[in-house]
Amino acid sequence: MQIKSTTENLSLVRDFIQETALNKGVHQAIIDKIILAVDEASTNIIKHAYHSKPDGDIIIQLEFTDDKCRIILIDFGEGFNPSQIPQPDMPKYFEQKKVGGLGLHLIRTLMDYVEYHTDKGGYNQLTIAKKIKNTAA
Amino acid sequence: MSDFSTTIREAGDVSIIELNGYLDAHTAPQLESAFSDLIDKKRFKIVANFEKLKYISSAGLGVFMAFIETIRSNNGDIKLTTMIPSVYNIFDLLGFPLLYEFFSTEKEAIDKFNQQ
Repeated sequence: MQIKSTTENLSLVRDFIQETALNKGVHQAIIDKIILAVDEASTNIIKHAYHSKPDGDIIIQLEFTDDKCRIILIDFGEGFNPSQIPQPDMPKYFEQKKVGGLGLHLIRTLMDYVEYHTDKGGYNQLTIAKKIKNTAA
Repeated sequence: MSDFSTTIREAGDVSIIELNGYLDAHTAPQLESAFSDLIDKKRFKIVANFEKLKYISSAGLGVFMAFIETIRSNNGDIKLTTMIPSVYNIFDLLGFPLLYEFFSTEKEAIDKFNQQ
């Protein structure tokens, strides 16, 4: 799917993943985790890659294999270096009253695979994947 | 469009804020303004009732972090109640149970304020 970079579209993204993953027989508890990770990733793109400007494009692709769901998010905004964003130490995080920055932490916690790539051609690609079990199994 | 709303009720000097629907980066500003209104009215004893909240992302959790210090420095607190498991799991994942009190019913949270 392709959306414009506005938080209004987050519910469309969640609905898209819910319907697609359910049709593939993925267990709801796993779908919930994938939905949250993709919501957080999309929110980060809107806020940080496009600085909340609503006219950017975000492409979201879902791929399923027997044991894995892979999601690729592509944007054409500003890139970042995820290795410079440390894992937050939550008690310190609360003390410092830091708000935000939890999205990447959640994505790393919820998903089994996270890779980020900034291409010199002017796009950024985040690939995240989750092991799935079919409910039929 | 994300569907989210809040309803405020009062029980003595405790304010109950009911969260309804989907709390994400789009709807979090609505919750921020609800907390701001309570603080403006000097209502610092707050119970957040999550019974009708179906979904929360980190933008929603951030709202609770943004206001907690102001509220606690005024002898108040935000106590969290009645979450469905999928919502509680996100709070748990980010370590909130270390710093916030969670209750299974709204009444227990109100009683806790009244005992203090």
